[in-house]
Amino acid sequence: VPVLQTNNSPSLIGLITIAAHLVKQAKKEELLGSTAEEKAVVQQWLEYRVTRVDGRSSKEDTRIILKDLNTYLEDKVYLAGNSFTLADILMYYGLHPVMVDLTVQEKEKYLNVSRWFNHIQHYPGVRQHLSNVIFIKNRLYTNAH
Amino acid sequence: GTVLFSPNAICQYFFLVSGEEPTDLTNQWLEWEATELQPAVLAALYAQLVQGKKGAEAVGALVKSLTYIDQSLSRRGTAYLARDVKSVADVVVWGALFPVLQDESSLPDELKVLRTWFQSMSLLEACRKAADSVLVPKGLLEFKCYLQKQPPPCLAVERPTSNEPEEEEASERALTEEEVAAPGAAWARGAAALPKPWQPQKPVLPVEGMRNVLITSALPYVNNVPHLGNIIGCVLSADTFARYCRLRNWNTLYVCGTDEYGTATETKAVEEGLTPQEICDKYNAIHADIYRWFNISFDYFGRTTTPHQTTIAQDIFQRLLAHGFLLQDTVEQLRCEGCQRFLADRFVEGTCPFCSYEEARGDQCDKCGKLINAVELKRPQCKICRGIPVVKPTQHLFLDLPKASLEEQLEPWLEQSWTKGDWTANARYITRSWIRDGLKPRCITRDLKWGTPVPLDGFCDKVFYVWFDAPIGYLSITANYTDQWERWWKNPQQVELYNFMAKDNVPFHSVIFPCSLLGADDNYTLVNHLIATEYLNYEDGKFSKSRGVGVFGDMAKDTGIPADIWRFYLLYLRPEGQDSAFSWSDLMLKNNSELLNNLGNFINRAGMFVCKFFGGTVPDMVLTPDDKRLLARVTLELRQYHQLLEKVRIRDALRCILSISRHGNQYIQVNEPWKRIKGEEEDRQRAGTVTGIAVNMASLLAVMVQPYMPSISVAIQAQLCIPPDCFVLGHDFTCTLPPGHRVGTVSPLFQKLEHDQVEALRKQFGGGQVRSLPAPASGTPPAPGDPQLIQELMEQEAKQGTHVRQLKASKVEKVLVDAEVAKLLELKKQLALAEGKSPEVPVPKGKRKK
Repeated sequence: VPVLQTNNSPSLIGLITIAAHLVKQAKKEELLGSTAEEKAVVQQWLEYRVTRVDGRSSKEDTRIILKDLNTYLEDKVYLAGNSFTLADILMYYGLHPVMVDLTVQEKEKYLNVSRWFNHIQHYPGVRQHLSNVIFIKNRLYTNAH
Repeated sequence: GTVLFSPNAICQYFFLVSGEEPTDLTNQWLEWEATELQPAVLAALYAQLVQGKKGAEAVGALVKSLTYIDQSLSRRGTAYLARDVKSVADVVVWGALFPVLQDESSLPDELKVLRTWFQSMSLLEACRKAADSVLVPKGLLEFKCYLQKQPPPCLAVERPTSNEPEEEEASERALTEEEVAAPGAAWARGAAALPKPWQPQKPVLPVEGMRNVLITSALPYVNNVPHLGNIIGCVLSADTFARYCRLRNWNTLYVCGTDEYGTATETKAVEEGLTPQEICDKYNAIHADIYRWFNISFDYFGRTTTPHQTTIAQDIFQRLLAHGFLLQDTVEQLRCEGCQRFLADRFVEGTCPFCSYEEARGDQCDKCGKLINAVELKRPQCKICRGIPVVKPTQHLFLDLPKASLEEQLEPWLEQSWTKGDWTANARYITRSWIRDGLKPRCITRDLKWGTPVPLDGFCDKVFYVWFDAPIGYLSITANYTDQWERWWKNPQQVELYNFMAKDNVPFHSVIFPCSLLGADDNYTLVNHLIATEYLNYEDGKFSKSRGVGVFGDMAKDTGIPADIWRFYLLYLRPEGQDSAFSWSDLMLKNNSELLNNLGNFINRAGMFVCKFFGGTVPDMVLTPDDKRLLARVTLELRQYHQLLEKVRIRDALRCILSISRHGNQYIQVNEPWKRIKGEEEDRQRAGTVTGIAVNMASLLAVMVQPYMPSISVAIQAQLCIPPDCFVLGHDFTCTLPPGHRVGTVSPLFQKLEHDQVEALRKQFGGGQVRSLPAPASGTPPAPGDPQLIQELMEQEAKQGTHVRQLKASKVEKVLVDAEVAKLLELKKQLALAEGKSPEVPVPKGKRKK
């Protein structure tokens, strides 16, 4: 569990809490959502990341996560809809180890997740030292959705 | 529209819409609720509904979480979780707990604050309505059905331990009554609570009744300029530990030297047109210089090419021979008649027998990667003279490791050493694998000229293989230090031996060398504690001299970054459990945040307050219970520091130092002495107490930091005028600077590293570039002509001049005087710059303290 220690104020515990704090410090609050609804959605997916994604312990768990996200992302560019937010960033980091191990077939199966992941990993400043996950543009396994 | 499925997010939304913004604290509670509380609640519900448990048993899984809530409420002293009115955090947490707890009687008695909170929440109209509509009709049956379909929740999930949070918990745990009371007594005794500093006689020899610690660092090969990875792996780690041992008044000897025999030196000699001896002389000096710059406190830094080496190695050899532990065998090797020598594998090039690659090397083919023996190469060529070598048989001697009587000595010794000693985990693991793979006879001779000659008929033109010979270097180097070397090396009863190395050297130190010594049977001191590090990488890759990637020992000086900063960062990164990586941006970050803003900031502030508010004299201190709690915390950290360093957990112990100064900063922040000093008598006294305690913490830190940053340590000692008798480590935080103690001039210990500077350095060492001129020194000179600055500097210079004269008159320790003189010269230089004159900086003739 990450802890943020500062010299002048009490420590903060928890990935989401620390990330939100840093976003506010960096004056990039739009990353937390603009409207109350959007903020709630961002909150929701951040929570999803630290509970469902981080807590996954079996292939079945992973499959469920990918299926849920794939359905959800069918009609959305980003997790919060049309805006890039902290939810996309932290979900990207959380899912990276999963995506790295997917087969070409699985990447096609979870097409929307792949599309979203590929988009986020190319966002400036996001990928850092993580490896680039390759997504093939040609469909190999299916011709229909 | 939008769909929300997370209850917490929904709650958050409602609160937000009604005008309440989330805060860091409410975020923290919600995150905690989702990640920690929910699983616990689930387990408790499962116990209640599916397993039918009741009362305390049912609530069992929840106890940790409930205690956490109770403690948080107590510590914060607010009626609700985040502040004095209810917030989203209270609703969410109560909502999670209610189904399980139903009413407060199921709560453990001790958690009074929690009960009060829970009660007030349950009584709220909104909460009652919710409970009634959702839960009352069917009670908890809904939950039961759902839970029955799930597998039983496993709460005992061990999260993989990482260093930082673990210690955060430890340092934040509640102090017991005794822990708070005890330090007060030691504090009051002041310097009397400390042991008297003790210096061994020179040369250092074991003393009966004392703890005698012998420390070696793996001998660096003379030919290679060491890079930062080599330095942290061996000499720097050993140095930090050696300094710690000395501060503990343990009788310590730290030896090291260059490993000089072998093929590589012979080859380099030919390249540079010098004799091997001349090469060694040249490079030994380079090594010694680098380590001197890094402040490595060897008692003796020697070399393996001495007569003692020959004597001792040959003696061990003869004994092994006499005891029947050597085998003789014929080996087929390639010999180049042109060069008149047998060729080592890497000096042969030819066509790979597997894939026909034409530039395959003699030990491995670069193209297909298969391992080969040089004799298997087609069309082999000598890499040096391009002649064609011939396969010739040659006799060699082998150390018969598998021989029963040898193995029978090795195993029990290893068991015993492992049980009683502090071997690092990787050292044990590597040794075990080696032994499990089955010991084979190891060749201990080579057909070379540059080495220790083999004293046996038929082998007189051969020398010892460098890996047989090198560890014996530890003994011969000690022999060059004192002729009573056997009191260290043939004295396992009185001596504790620590070997420091990188992990690739482990098998030689844990199996081959001990077997040589056991076989020689002369009561040799064997390693008690084998300390091996993993690898230090450089940025995204590895250090490479040939490609110009990475910082090598001789370049560190030219960066303008002081040695102690390098020491700090490398020790902070010490690759203990796994590889770590040097990063320029991280170096900058750690320097600026931990050294400048944390440690430096605290020590500087403490000293400054004494100077500015109390005329340079430590004021009276009247301790409140809170102060005593702080003393207890500091003592706890100090003891933790000892526990860790005794086990050579160098990296973790450093965190204790930083933790103490962090507490110090918070202490000053909370008590605001700079404000109180302007207030009434009571406030001023408080300011005095806080300042006094802070400066004493700084005094403690000065000693604790010595093994890591010796020059900084000396600087703090000079600035605060810490008496030499107090420069020793005890087990309690004590008042070394009592009221009335006069401190000196305080100045910043660290400089900020700027982004541009570091970026330039990173490019410079990134490889593919010719090494350009050294980067400009850090810190910008003051703009000339600024009158206020000139005035200030003149005042400071005058004060410093007086101070230096006083010190010299009072016959204080020379090193302290030197430090002050250096400051005076620096001030003169800055003054000259400010006045627009060119500064003539006479080189101060101070001696560097070893």
